[in-house]
Amino acid sequence: MASAVSSLSRSAGPAARPLATRDAPWLRYLLTAVALGFLALFLVLPLVAVFAEAFRRGVGAYFAALNDPDGLHALKLTLLTAGLAVPANLVFGVAAAWCIAKFTFPGKSLLITLIDLPFAVSPVISGLIYVLLFGAQGWYGHYLDAEHPWLPGLQAWLIEQDFKIIFAVPGIVLATTFVTFPFIARELIPLMQTQGNDEEYAAITLGANGWQTFWKVTLPNIKWGLFYGVILCNARAMGEFGAVSVVSGHIRGETNTLPLHVEILYNEYQFVGAFAAASILALLALVTLVLKSLVEWAHARRHAASAAAN
Amino acid sequence: MSRSHRSVIPGFGLSLGLTLTYLSLIVLLPLSAAFIKTLGMSWDDFWTAVASPRVVASYRISFLASLAAASVNCVFGLIVAWVLVRYPFPGRRIVDALVGLPFALPTAVAGIALTALYAPNGWIGALAAPYGVKIAFTEIGIFIALTFIGLPFVVRTLQPIIEELEPEFEEASASLGANRWQTLRRVIFPQLVPALLTGFAMAFARALGEYGSVVFISGNMPMRTEITPLLIITKLEQYDYAGATAIAVVMLGASFLMLLVINLLQKWSRRHHTV
Repeated sequence: MASAVSSLSRSAGPAARPLATRDAPWLRYLLTAVALGFLALFLVLPLVAVFAEAFRRGVGAYFAALNDPDGLHALKLTLLTAGLAVPANLVFGVAAAWCIAKFTFPGKSLLITLIDLPFAVSPVISGLIYVLLFGAQGWYGHYLDAEHPWLPGLQAWLIEQDFKIIFAVPGIVLATTFVTFPFIARELIPLMQTQGNDEEYAAITLGANGWQTFWKVTLPNIKWGLFYGVILCNARAMGEFGAVSVVSGHIRGETNTLPLHVEILYNEYQFVGAFAAASILALLALVTLVLKSLVEWAHARRHAASAAAN
Repeated sequence: MSRSHRSVIPGFGLSLGLTLTYLSLIVLLPLSAAFIKTLGMSWDDFWTAVASPRVVASYRISFLASLAAASVNCVFGLIVAWVLVRYPFPGRRIVDALVGLPFALPTAVAGIALTALYAPNGWIGALAAPYGVKIAFTEIGIFIALTFIGLPFVVRTLQPIIEELEPEFEEASASLGANRWQTLRRVIFPQLVPALLTGFAMAFARALGEYGSVVFISGNMPMRTEITPLLIITKLEQYDYAGATAIAVVMLGASFLMLLVINLLQKWSRRHHTV
């Protein structure tokens, strides 16, 4: 499913076409109008509605709603979650792309399918499976039960600390990591596969060791793809709702991320507050789209320049 | 494995080991927990959990709304992709970037925004209300949210395929006397079918599992507008872990089936285009 999410390898720009393969002007105008009308109705209008609802009671009410300690805490938790999940998936993504693109081994296509798996799982189920593992009724809860001693020292410490995973921050981070798991790997694997191994061979022949080759040869080649993957991964990590909703427990000022905070305010009919918090997330989405487009255009231009040089 | 595939490039053991460990811990182990949990249920309990009337009604609404949304996305996604690739117009790049909005916008934000628009007092809901049409809190609301979520899958799958269409086919068709409509229908459309089906399957699969954008607009009435993912959450809130997991296993089965279908479609699509 990732091929639809990522589009770095796309070229851009319609070329001038010969007359025989050009559509009649009336058809062009009609289809353009239909397409733009559909997009305006389904994409632009909801986006406008977020800001319109947020500013419904005026600018003062908007900023008053934003200045809310629970909202601020939710924002911090969202940043913390993305700050842990994205780097973890970044390291994994680079490792996965390295072994898949640079080597041949049996079971490679199965591995690629398994990496894609979280994209196919409903967010609600992504949360549920962590509840089954780490919830009070789950394996971890069973382990904390003092009647089943296993590594008693660690067990006693965990009980004493009241270290919880579900309905606490670790569960939120884990569920977010699961949901955003494939993003960076799926971006890097095709990129590194098309780049081939020639430059790495050259570096190693010239005496570079593995880490030098990676830092000085591979990384500069994949840095745009890496950045692109990080942007998409981060957007999903900060915006994830379903999976986090299942594991968080919705404790205000403690285990609420920004999307959950939006939900709570909305269900309490605090519409200005809900849409004000939502407007922050919508701005984040817009920044994501702008950065993503900039990377795509830079990539397309570089692609065109290298094609012209050959 | 590493012995038999010795390469000059180092790091095979390290990178594969790290990948497999992380994959197992984050994805495979938790997913298997769902299956192991249902193994502990008797067949009767399992069947009661996954085939009670309320659950079957939720499959029905999830399936039908996803099907309708993915179908509408096929029609409009095809037009949007065609316009974005073939027709230059001012602001084309901005519109192209905007198509990615449903991927970038958190689903909860999309959910409350769509609800605000389509509620009886919303901008669009108020237009429909005089005719006695309710959009939000009905099946139509679910369909709207799923259409929003699924659109980029169809557009982004079609765009590269339309870009790569060989103009020679169209020229040959035109020079042999076909009019433009015949060329579009008989020459271009058949080349797009595999990608269109792939995009449809992706949008459909995503819609089946979607939660955040739907839960606000659907009204969540049991037997009528309660989608399957919401039912899982309801069961969890009632501490019915086994029941929730049983439904989840049915949904996982459907997801894996869709994943298989998508992979086969993509293979077909690739073969189609190398010929």
